Amino acid sequence: MGLLSKKDSKLILDPLADDNPITIQVLGICSALAITAQLKPSIVMAISVVFVLSVGNVVISLMRNIIPSKIRIIVQLIVVATLVIIVDQVLKAFAYSLSKELSVFIGLIITNCIIMGRFEAFALANKPWRSFLDGIGNALGYGVILIIVGFFRELLGSGTLFGFKVLGDSVEKTGLYAFGYENNGFMVLPPMALIVVGIIIWVQRSRNKELIED
Amino acid sequence: MAIDTEKNSYTIIFAIVMVLVVGSILAGLASGLKPLVDANKRFEKQQNILYAMGINANEGTSDVAFISTDKVEEEFKNTITKQYIIEGTEATVTPEAYLIDIKKEETKAKDPNYTRKLPLFEGVKDGNPIYVIPIRGKGLWDAIWGFVAVDKEMTVQGVFFDHAGETPGLGAEIKQRYFMDDFAGEHIFGDSNTFKGITVAKGNADPKNERKTDNAVDAIAGATITGDGVTAMIKKDLKMYVPYFKTLK
Repeated sequence: MGLLSKKDSKLILDPLADDNPITIQVLGICSALAITAQLKPSIVMAISVVFVLSVGNVVISLMRNIIPSKIRIIVQLIVVATLVIIVDQVLKAFAYSLSKELSVFIGLIITNCIIMGRFEAFALANKPWRSFLDGIGNALGYGVILIIVGFFRELLGSGTLFGFKVLGDSVEKTGLYAFGYENNGFMVLPPMALIVVGIIIWVQRSRNKELIED
Repeated sequence: MAIDTEKNSYTIIFAIVMVLVVGSILAGLASGLKPLVDANKRFEKQQNILYAMGINANEGTSDVAFISTDKVEEEFKNTITKQYIIEGTEATVTPEAYLIDIKKEETKAKDPNYTRKLPLFEGVKDGNPIYVIPIRGKGLWDAIWGFVAVDKEMTVQGVFFDHAGETPGLGAEIKQRYFMDDFAGEHIFGDSNTFKGITVAKGNADPKNERKTDNAVDAIAGATITGDGVTAMIKKDLKMYVPYFKTLK
């Protein structure tokens, strides 16, 4: 990659696979359970987290030398909360229908432990540009898992993708349903998200033995 | 330039400055954007009322599409012929009905001496008068609300539901077409004209919604508490309008 040095591109690529915040570090599970019943909210959540985490990482990194260490967690919290409120207000004013659609997710971003985790572990000790890349990388790593989980839960649970009936109509019995296929109602319930994440972790670790802990 | 970031005095000053900066940014943003946000909320209410009456921009069979925001004010003026405030069986015509905050009225109504002000919107559809009643209640996580369009006999013509924070894919589905469309045509009175409301019922087993007089529609799987909330708000809020509708006959 010409634009990024090897070290920099590692910042983005590592969290996507071998250092994934959800499947390896097991952070951000709560929001991964809550919002992945459908594909669309999963994608929107992924985008929002990319924004908040990358901007937040830069802000924290710029302030890293002046933040008093005693209150650094509170300072981090304020930065996340401020960014989230700004996003929320701007959406309400200029993209009202989108903000209705997102409703609770915007608030949920604040509670995402990945964000605080990256502020604390990375941005406080690194320069803004590297922090920015780290933010993008981790948020994408989080988002990829959300989208995979959302894809399977919506497809198997409701037989739709983005609300389109890809498997036919379950009431009219067309498409797959004509052969006696049924939606798995379990998939729309939060515990199934955990199981899907578990399967992803299983697949990932069996492909890369180095990830298996003793 | 070495600052001693460990000193207590520095920590306190830092905290104060941070709070001031963040506070003024957010306050400035919020008050700067308030007119836009308020306008959006007003348009939304108009869109919701019109939607309940069946005036919408729906194209497919599953999407919920409102009249666009730039046209909604005009459309609302043309369609809604009268707005009332109802107190008991008395109705006052006023263009202000629309500004009544149902949540505040609900709180005030806890005082037994207070006659609750109930907003009602009248419009015309296919030559017949049609009335829109705003309702409000509790879901699983937060408030749910909606608008119910009824005819003179209080038979439901259409509904619109919305929520503040129900679970996506479960409770949040109350604002989907497949749920809302089921309400159209449902009767809220049972045998011998007793008020029954409409129950969101688990064992209704009527997916095509062919039985319109059973006072029930099919529930959404995994959204029991939100569904119960819908049942409750329809019962509670529509009932208050019954005395007035009796006077229309």
